[in-house]
Amino acid sequence: MAIVFEKPKSLTDAPFHYCPGCPHGIIHRLVAEVIDELGIDGKTIGVAPVGCAVMAYDYFTCDMIEAAHGRAPAVATGIKRCRPENVVFTYQGDGDLASIGMAETVHSAARNENITVIFVNNAIYGMTGGQMAPTSLPGQVTQTSPYGRDVNHCGWPIRVSEMLATLEGPEYVARVAVNNVKNVRNAKKAIKKAFENQIAGKGFSLVEVVSACPTNWGMTPKAALEWVESDMLPYYPIGVYKDRSAQEAK
Amino acid sequence: MAERILMKGNEAIAEAAIRAGCRHYFGYPITPQTEIAAYMAKRMPKIGGVFLQAESEIASINMVYGAAAAGMRVMTSSSSPGISLKQEGLSYIAGSDVPALVVNVQRGGPGLGGIQPSQSDYFQATKGGGHGDYRTIVLAPASVQEMASLTIKGFDLADKYLMTAMILADGTIGQMMEPITFEDAEIKTYDKPWALTGTEGKRKHNIVNSLYLKPDELEKKNFERFEKYAEIEKCEAMWEDYMMEDAEICVVAFGIASRVAKNAVAAARSEGIKVGLIRPITLWPFPNKAFEAAENVKAFISVELSMGQMIEDVRLATGCRKPVTLCNRTGGMIPSPDEILEAIRNAGKGV
Ligand SMILES: Cc1ncc(C[n+]2csc(CCOP(=O)(O)OP(=O)(O)O)c2C)c(N)n1
Ligand code: SF4
Ligand SMILES: [Mg+2]
Repeated sequence: MAIVFEKPKSLTDAPFHYCPGCPHGIIHRLVAEVIDELGIDGKTIGVAPVGCAVMAYDYFTCDMIEAAHGRAPAVATGIKRCRPENVVFTYQGDGDLASIGMAETVHSAARNENITVIFVNNAIYGMTGGQMAPTSLPGQVTQTSPYGRDVNHCGWPIRVSEMLATLEGPEYVARVAVNNVKNVRNAKKAIKKAFENQIAGKGFSLVEVVSACPTNWGMTPKAALEWVESDMLPYYPIGVYKDRSAQEAK
Repeated sequence: MAERILMKGNEAIAEAAIRAGCRHYFGYPITPQTEIAAYMAKRMPKIGGVFLQAESEIASINMVYGAAAAGMRVMTSSSSPGISLKQEGLSYIAGSDVPALVVNVQRGGPGLGGIQPSQSDYFQATKGGGHGDYRTIVLAPASVQEMASLTIKGFDLADKYLMTAMILADGTIGQMMEPITFEDAEIKTYDKPWALTGTEGKRKHNIVNSLYLKPDELEKKNFERFEKYAEIEKCEAMWEDYMMEDAEICVVAFGIASRVAKNAVAAARSEGIKVGLIRPITLWPFPNKAFEAAENVKAFISVELSMGQMIEDVRLATGCRKPVTLCNRTGGMIPSPDEILEAIRNAGKGV
């Protein structure tokens, strides 16, 4: 998986606290590489979530704030409306973005808030030790769905990208994955586009990154990446779900 | 001479905020404070500011958190049920030491309660409201003029101490119209080197955060914050004494209750009863000094639009050495001057 050889300048020297083989580290690097390539570190303000990435504020060299659980898009809205010349991004997990913070997500998208959202979908609540997430798959065993997610009892997992794409508001919504080298390269392209859109003033750009949680899935990192391919991606297909500028150009 | 303008209390808050340099307002509609949002919606776009109607009170307070962290003078306003939803954000704002102004134009509760004036969020405002060890500066206007002056004061205190200042008003003062003057007071601005502005590659990154995983660090942070609070208790308490010089009975009331109480005190004086009024203007810090000075008072009456919340602070301020009785209405009802007068006469019998 070593596709990143050098530490991006936009990452601090603080060692990641993530579990071995956790894609959060890869996704951080992709974001940092994009910030480096766009030369925007000095004007970027990042919003950390409540979730495994809560301490992202220690890892990025740009100004950072730590938001309450699910509120990152509202906090980012507050910052961006004050400082439209800055680049503002949130980095959020699926519990954060699609459960407790769903209203903030939908409404910042509907407002076409000119921010970039990095949405890490690992189908579980990682930080709290592996409870069912709004994105946990039907039948998926978690601490709070010990017999497998029963959709008749607790409903169906939410496809956030598809749902947001039905809104008039957002500029760009794409789903990517980081389970192999090719997907990682494409993930970086989408993340870059999501930042470029903001710089060009185009509006709300969200990249859903299908990730993994080897620790709470109870798998080796390798098996987890295989499960992404075999189980996650069929339910959460990779693709660009909304790209207003591209559509309008047609 | 600054001109006299006739204004609604809620509008006075909005206009004063703009004069204090507030250019960012985030809110969600709720009666009886909607005039504040309406005023901001009209004015902000004309003066290069931002008015944004959020999807909820939770979102609006978190927008305030972001804007405050970005170094701006920012505010939100709501009424009781909405203020309950803002508590999460208020706790984060406290834990991150950023300044914000929050207005609560109270209505009756609990639950959806009613839309008539109330003071039953006293506990929530003065004792915390959200989770964790923290304080909120609470200012209680009793006139439209004070809606304006305390708003300006609130922004200043918030910036000075890096915390939330709350205007705890009520539906009556919010809705009533009175002539007021905006003195062209000098608005002080504060350096905010901690603010999120982007590093410009010139400094280490600023982090606005309330997470401390190491308990000793969190304890140290809380100790520091409480040193700041002690300073506020020492320096910032405000109150008004009315006919207190020779008072043997003391009515304690804030906000709209204090205005009714003043009439009752004047009426009781004309009956020869030695009664005065302490009107707390800051509810936190509670003006304990006012009670130290009132050593000749033999009985206190707490007049409140609640089931009796401030009365606990009155008892503490008197060291529980003097009788304190409650004269109250609740649920949106307001006591008449006669009801308060009766309470004063009763207290007088014991003196
Ligand atoms: C208001 C609130 N509720 C619950 C929690 C506990 N909590 C911390 S992280 C988390 C779930 C995070 O899951 P996710 O957003 O999917 O991120 P991941 O850890 O999987 O990256 C929860 C429920 C909290 N901190 N605050
Ligand atoms: S718990 Fe899961 S998501 Fe969190 S760091 Fe470990 S592997 Fe990653
Ligand atoms: Mg998750």
